Amino acid sequence: MTFKKTLLASVIGAVVAGTTLLPMTASAETLRIGYSADPETLDLHEQLSGGVLRFSHLAFDPLVRWTKDFQFEPRLATEWEQVDETTMRMTLREGVTFHSGNEFTAKDVVWTIERLKESPDYRAIFEPVASAEAVDDYTVEIVTTEPYPLLLNLATYIFPLDSEFYTGETDDGSDKAEIVKAGNSFASRNVSGTGPFIVTDRRQGVRVDFERFEDYWDTESEGNVSNIVMTPIAENASRVAALLSGGVDFIDAVPPNDLDRVREADGVNLIEIDGTRIIGFQMNEERVEAFQDARVRQAVDLAINQEGIADRLMRGFANPAGQFSPEGYSGHNPDLTPRYDIERAKELMAEAGYEEGFSVEMIAPNNRYVNDAQIAQAVANMLAQINIKVDLRTMPLAQYWPEYDTRESDMAMIGWHADTEDSANFFQYLTFCIDEETGAGQYNYGSYCNEEIDALVTEADSETDLEKRNEMLREAEAMLYEDVGFIMLHWQNLAYAAADGVEVEPVVNAIDFPYLGDLVVKSSDD
Amino acid sequence: MIAFLIKRLMHAILVMFVISVLAFAIQDNLGDPVQQMVGQSVPESEREEIRERLGLNDPFLVQYARFARNAVQGDFGYSYFYREPALEVIARHLPATLELVFAATLIIVLFSVPIGVYSAIKPRSPISRLFMGVSIIGISIPVFLTAIVLIQIFAIGVTVTLFPESTGWGAWLNAFFSTEGNMPSFGRGYDLVNVVGNWDTNLATWNGLQHLVLPAVSLASIMLPLFIRLIRAEMMEVLQSEYVKYARAKGISMRRVYFVHALKNTMLPVITVGGVQIGTMVAYTILTETVFQWPGMGLMFLDAINRADIPLIVTYLMIVGVIFVVTNTIVDLIYGLVNPTVKLTGKPA
Repeated sequence: MTFKKTLLASVIGAVVAGTTLLPMTASAETLRIGYSADPETLDLHEQLSGGVLRFSHLAFDPLVRWTKDFQFEPRLATEWEQVDETTMRMTLREGVTFHSGNEFTAKDVVWTIERLKESPDYRAIFEPVASAEAVDDYTVEIVTTEPYPLLLNLATYIFPLDSEFYTGETDDGSDKAEIVKAGNSFASRNVSGTGPFIVTDRRQGVRVDFERFEDYWDTESEGNVSNIVMTPIAENASRVAALLSGGVDFIDAVPPNDLDRVREADGVNLIEIDGTRIIGFQMNEERVEAFQDARVRQAVDLAINQEGIADRLMRGFANPAGQFSPEGYSGHNPDLTPRYDIERAKELMAEAGYEEGFSVEMIAPNNRYVNDAQIAQAVANMLAQINIKVDLRTMPLAQYWPEYDTRESDMAMIGWHADTEDSANFFQYLTFCIDEETGAGQYNYGSYCNEEIDALVTEADSETDLEKRNEMLREAEAMLYEDVGFIMLHWQNLAYAAADGVEVEPVVNAIDFPYLGDLVVKSSDD
Repeated sequence: MIAFLIKRLMHAILVMFVISVLAFAIQDNLGDPVQQMVGQSVPESEREEIRERLGLNDPFLVQYARFARNAVQGDFGYSYFYREPALEVIARHLPATLELVFAATLIIVLFSVPIGVYSAIKPRSPISRLFMGVSIIGISIPVFLTAIVLIQIFAIGVTVTLFPESTGWGAWLNAFFSTEGNMPSFGRGYDLVNVVGNWDTNLATWNGLQHLVLPAVSLASIMLPLFIRLIRAEMMEVLQSEYVKYARAKGISMRRVYFVHALKNTMLPVITVGGVQIGTMVAYTILTETVFQWPGMGLMFLDAINRADIPLIVTYLMIVGVIFVVTNTIVDLIYGLVNPTVKLTGKPA
């Protein structure tokens, strides 16, 4: 018994003592990150996802990257010019070395573009690029099949890989360059980029360790983070707790329910950014005849109080939308704002002969977008006011997309972020008339089809005069606004939080890829 | 004995077979794994190609036959997310979970036995009543909430300003109820010691132990009240029995009666229940590990469900099935040791 007593006492003692001890004393330059997701793979071209792209900006550098206000900032490409309608010549940065020690030259860019064109995830996006050619060691020419105005947007996805490093055969005889989806390839485990950080250790789903690359080319960068320890913490409450308890210095995706708590907590700062992901609903015209009538679609749009959802349900963590393009995008049309008007909506329903209303089924995910299920519930209630009875079903992400692909419900929620950060992308995937050959309208749940809008956007996409192109896209937004081919709700915001001294604000952006190479950490005793 | 073990081995195989069939049968409802593997703008034709390559388009029986053929040879398929054999992924996550379960079990044993025995011996004492009251609350609080509360109090810290700070007693009470936090709230920490193979342990360093405390306490919180009450009830029953009265009458010291004669018989049913509950605890780790980002099997399993990582899900379920069979077998063996009158082969599973 005495033995047991001692053990008991020591356990209690451990618990009590633990509360007064500091867990660890980290040097100021080590950044401990708690991200909601970790990179699925280290092969940039295996999967196009937020996790992998964030990783790309750590271990690699793009040719150009987005600034906070959607301008292009030179990285590995220093200058670019349009030589003719379909050719762009890029001058590359000199004196850049890869983590392996190899020197970065034009051949790496060509090799990378060719690999991108082989990648299942990027093939479609890089379709417009016909070829790339090294003119000399530091000049590369990229040729498009047709005049293409978005080549620089694509260049933000070109993170040159170390072609020598990824060429050859592994010990078991497979090609080092091969892209294997969800398989064990050389490139998914080995990295050589030009980026500010080297991967020193990785345990998938547990942590990734980085160390600053000593020979990093950007010596003007003020970034002083020497080591990064990245832990994926998917559970929202746990991620916030990890920051508040001092376990990590920086987290992404602060959930709306915790915004106030983080804002008021001592020692941490909240950074909110207007996001570019549009959240909305699609109406299935194949299944519901009424949705083929533009007046009914307008009525649905008028019945929904976007401002109310953004203010109350999202607690200001979203900007109510009347169009696809957020501010800063080429096609953003400042005239198109939400137009909540329940009386007018009722009139339109009566005009269309649906005064009595009808019933629809609606599907929405419940763990994909911020407050997704609650938003769907709110929309369902709003539609009840114009006698549209909604039977709502929500489900987790993994089940939602297969369900979505069957197109067997009447209304479906979707959030969309344009991979190209450009307005045309929204139309091409969400509202273009479905064409299985070209892949147009791949996410056009409702089979909405307006050939005039399609023609205008298609024309814009080969217009290299950017001013003219923007005008056309703004016009397309206005036409869609009139015809209501998509129910816009809002652009979901982004929220990061960091400990005092971690100056995250300058390096985060609406694209959700923090440029941590430039992050400055001020140690608390300065 | 050998016949018993062989019988249990057959049980394990049967359990694995049934679970694998069930898991395969529901896989269509788990979601589309390809959706998680590609970017949003990847055309349907590419997705179809991946599905074809992974064999997801084959009929159920073909898929199952292929799986079974490989599984018999110890190959449970490739995890889509980890890009490694599913069995290896699980083997890598297993030590973290087992350590967590071990620590929780230790807490349960260390607290439930003394508390249970005390409240059986002195059922009317205020301390016993307090323990019983608290244990009722403990049973009814979900583990998720316990974990969040523990994190708030011990990791983040609580500042209490309920009492007037200006008075001496108020300031003292405020300080008394406030906590500083500073306990680690997630993960296993960075100070692990490798024991053998892929088993890194938390038990060897102070930092590792600190990381273990909160998850282990919250995991233990589910079972602890149950065991306190169970031990108390059994002990009270045993204390009424004839042989205890006889021992008392013989003038044996009360301490010896309680802890040698009575406790032994109390433990019999406790061991049976305990064995089964340890298996259940492996299931509860899913919640605990998610809250504490504890990189064990539970967290891995939940992620696998979210990603529709079917090979990993199927393998996990089969392994957990085996764990249940194994713990039950061990319990039966221990039972035989404690109570030699029990015949092993005669016991139903």
